Amino acid sequence: MAMVTGTSGRVRVIAAHIFMVAFLALILFPFLMIISISLRPGNFASGSLIPTEISFEHWALALGIPYELPDGRVLQPPFPVLLWLWNSVKVAFWTAFLILVLSTTSAYAFARMHFFGKRTILNSILILQMFPAVLALVAIYAIFETIGHYIPWLGINSHGGLILAYLGGIALHVWTIKGYFDSIPKEIEDAARVDGATPFQTFRYVTLPMAVPILAVVFVLAFVMAIIEYPVASVLMQTTDQLTLAVGSRFYLQEQRYLWGNFAAAAILSGLPITIVFLIAQRWIVSGLTAGGVKG
Amino acid sequence: MNKEALKPYIKWGVLSLFSLCALYVVMVIHMTGRPVLAVLVMTGFFLTAYIYTSAKAYTFRYLFPGLVGMGLFVVLPLAYTINMSFTNYSSTNLLTFQRATNYLLDETYRPAGGDSYRFTLHPAGDDYRIQLVSDGSGAHYLTEPFALPVDQTVYLDAAAVQVGEAALESLDSALPVREVIQHRNSLQEVVVQLPSGAEVGMAGLREFATVLPLFKAEDDGALVNQVTGEVLRPNFESGFYETEAGERVPPGFRVQVGLNNYERIVNDPAFQGPFVRIFGWTVAFAGLTVLFTLIVGLGLAVLLSWEKLNYRGVYRLLLFLPYAVPGFISILVFRGLFNENFGEINLILDSLFGLRVSWFSDPALAKTMILIVNTWLGYPYIMILCMGLLKAIPNDLYEASSLAGVGPLGNLFKITAPLVMKPLLPLLIASFAFNFNNFVLIALLTGGRPDFIGTTVPSGTTDILVTYTYRIAFEDAGRDFGLAAAISAVIFIMVAIMSFINLRVMKVDRVEAR
Repeated sequence: MAMVTGTSGRVRVIAAHIFMVAFLALILFPFLMIISISLRPGNFASGSLIPTEISFEHWALALGIPYELPDGRVLQPPFPVLLWLWNSVKVAFWTAFLILVLSTTSAYAFARMHFFGKRTILNSILILQMFPAVLALVAIYAIFETIGHYIPWLGINSHGGLILAYLGGIALHVWTIKGYFDSIPKEIEDAARVDGATPFQTFRYVTLPMAVPILAVVFVLAFVMAIIEYPVASVLMQTTDQLTLAVGSRFYLQEQRYLWGNFAAAAILSGLPITIVFLIAQRWIVSGLTAGGVKG
Repeated sequence: MNKEALKPYIKWGVLSLFSLCALYVVMVIHMTGRPVLAVLVMTGFFLTAYIYTSAKAYTFRYLFPGLVGMGLFVVLPLAYTINMSFTNYSSTNLLTFQRATNYLLDETYRPAGGDSYRFTLHPAGDDYRIQLVSDGSGAHYLTEPFALPVDQTVYLDAAAVQVGEAALESLDSALPVREVIQHRNSLQEVVVQLPSGAEVGMAGLREFATVLPLFKAEDDGALVNQVTGEVLRPNFESGFYETEAGERVPPGFRVQVGLNNYERIVNDPAFQGPFVRIFGWTVAFAGLTVLFTLIVGLGLAVLLSWEKLNYRGVYRLLLFLPYAVPGFISILVFRGLFNENFGEINLILDSLFGLRVSWFSDPALAKTMILIVNTWLGYPYIMILCMGLLKAIPNDLYEASSLAGVGPLGNLFKITAPLVMKPLLPLLIASFAFNFNNFVLIALLTGGRPDFIGTTVPSGTTDILVTYTYRIAFEDAGRDFGLAAAISAVIFIMVAIMSFINLRVMKVDRVEAR
């Protein structure tokens, strides 16, 4: 980049900052609102956007602590939010991990190797993953009921079964990783091969380390997708102690029992772990890649 | 010890261990009486062993995990769905033939002149005992202790006891009828065998009586009603046992019905009417979502990759937030914020412009709201992907264009966009397909409402095809899974055709052929 920065450059930077701040205000509005709602007493709108009176009742209840109101009544937590959160995180972690294990090597094969029917398989994968689990809900239920007869920890109302059902998300990720392998220059691998590396060594020690950013992206995507998945979990999970957050949180906004404030606190609480996972993975997402490899 | 020398031993050790596990699993499956499944699983294990030992199958060592995963977790549910679309699987035909038959064979009746007994349920520690008092002779009987609840038939021995006997005197007092009602389903599974050899079962909340099976199976598969003498024969076209007069006896069972479900989709006006309108909205919804998220996502990604912009880390973090918060929560949050009466958005619009927008009752506004919410939800995904792809663009290109005096917009359209588009295209197609079937958004935000007026099947102006299917299958009392599966199959075919067209038009094929 040119080292001399003119006035127009500085104006552009400032304009970009102004745009960013304005855009962010718009994007973050729901978050700011939900924080405010989680801190105001009661479950109904008070008519002001910024709470005039701060109350931690919703937060206490979301953390599973009974809350005593000023008038002496004690509110009990309506739902085991933390347990649901733990269930969700557990299921999502294993789902994301297993998806990576299953998809990375195949994506590499699709990107680099030649074999009969490659194009057909690739295209059918692309089409297959467009058939969402929600269309196969009844089939999924029937299949896992059958599995449960033989292996109870993979049947209905088991997290093992839910993880297994979530592995159906693999197709999209194979394509994502393959697209990335495609963008890594072949020359790097050729160099390794000339140096006497076996195909697997080339994959393991040359290509795979370069693919860490996309693997992190895929892990995060798979994790988030498993956390936010609602239809399959609502069919497979049945008892309160097994529910994931996605299935459980809809109970907050029932017509007869509208817990808007409690929901707000639980919503923030559950958004945090995923944000944290994302922040950890972000380091790899952003770090520089092939540019260094080819130049060096 | 030399590592290389150990290798063959490790290889054969792992292989033997794998074979042992495989044989065990296959044996267990075979023992449960599923020979076909056992053979299939066995074949799978053989294939696995072959692929990871044979040099010829080298490529498949890489492909195998992914392909197996897709086979099991994507193809199998689809195939099962399609199979189901040719059956009459629904709330009236829920059971398999075997279970429906067993259900009928379990039915009982009280023969005329049979004995009846007053019964009381007594707690005995953690268990329970039943006391029977004969209505005729007044004799007392007491069962062995048993646990509740039970979920299958249990046979209990009962012994005759005399009034005044220790066992009877020490018995805890009888449970009130209210608690008997709680255990009713379990108690109906209880058969008490009296010392005389007679078997009695629950006939009422206070009564046990001699019961006999209502149906007797003939050798030819017919069931004979022991009371009326009627003969029931299974009809494998309707999925019911039927009397000679053709009267159906529930429960029904699942049978293949050929193309019946598909015929109903084509010929039944209840399904055709809203279908076209819903299809149109589904395409518009998915297309506009992809367009909006691409514009916002790519724009932000480019801006965030601009090295002169400070605080990019902070911006990036904040811009990711919509994606970091689980979608189902964001959707419910928006549902609350957009609420017409109490929602914070209308609160602001009201105080600023005096507007009270009917986000949920006006079709056009409801669709606008859905697009706003979905763009908010979807742009970070595109942004993440674009930023990853932008990283892969060599910096030299920008250095060269900078020397040539090209501005930022020139960079965007001449370098960035074309280079990003190629790897992004399949993902955009996938995004379109995802939104084509974005069940969670519609189900949680509007539930398809506002509804069309004057349709027999529940359907709404913001319904997309999947939610429409879901409502037919699950919000209707009939729970017609067979029909739902058929509609799902039709949607699948439509999606497949669209993506094939996409692949052709965008010549992804040619790129792959290289």
